[in-house]
Amino acid sequence: MFDIVMRISLLILAVSTLMYFYRLVKGPTVPDRVVALDAIGINLIGMTAVISVVLKTNSFLEVILLLGILAFIGTVAFSKFLEKGEIIENDRNQ
Amino acid sequence: MKRTNLKTNDLILQTTVNIVFFIIFIFSIYIFFAGHYTPGGGFVGGLLTSSAIVLLLLAYDVKTVAAIVPFNFLKVAAAGLLIALATGAGGIFYGEPFLKHAHGPVHFPLFGEIELASATAFDLGVYLTVVGVTMTIIQTIGETE
Repeated sequence: MFDIVMRISLLILAVSTLMYFYRLVKGPTVPDRVVALDAIGINLIGMTAVISVVLKTNSFLEVILLLGILAFIGTVAFSKFLEKGEIIENDRNQ
Repeated sequence: MKRTNLKTNDLILQTTVNIVFFIIFIFSIYIFFAGHYTPGGGFVGGLLTSSAIVLLLLAYDVKTVAAIVPFNFLKVAAAGLLIALATGAGGIFYGEPFLKHAHGPVHFPLFGEIELASATAFDLGVYLTVVGVTMTIIQTIGETE
């Protein structure tokens, strides 16, 4: 029973990732695509958590934190590129 | 998409990064030391440390980060290689083959007996090399105008 519930939630997460993928491909502007990529990363975190419950292991818990950090850094870098045109400034007071 | 004359204030980003930097850094230290028994190790720990510094680079600029983290990252990579080499060469002086690792209980004045393995020192070399190489690549790309 519990296993079936976990598999159903995995299926729902996969369908939601597919919908985000539609927004990623179709999205009219670049910020739409960035937000879709960020949400896909968060969905990936949820899928990793559910899979680690299904496999009855806690070896993937570091992966969850790591994916959260990487999604945050990637989104910040992309939005800084969209706003200022360069990601790492040499001197921001110029 | 270049609007450089736009003056922006990154207050929210900088305040967030000031807190998140320490969380990522402590997590990288944890992953470095957990590598012996659980997933992790020097490589992932080094990548996480450099991603924490990259987050500082995103929130501030190259000059500020050079003042916050005053390391020449080329020398950090060289020191890591030297530590790894010295750990490997340490076995030679005791009549053992190269890269032979030793482990055993070491007595510390405050913590008592702790089981230490010299593989951790080799992992420290990997960690420093990964941090040095990654930060050298990113800073070199970031500084070019």
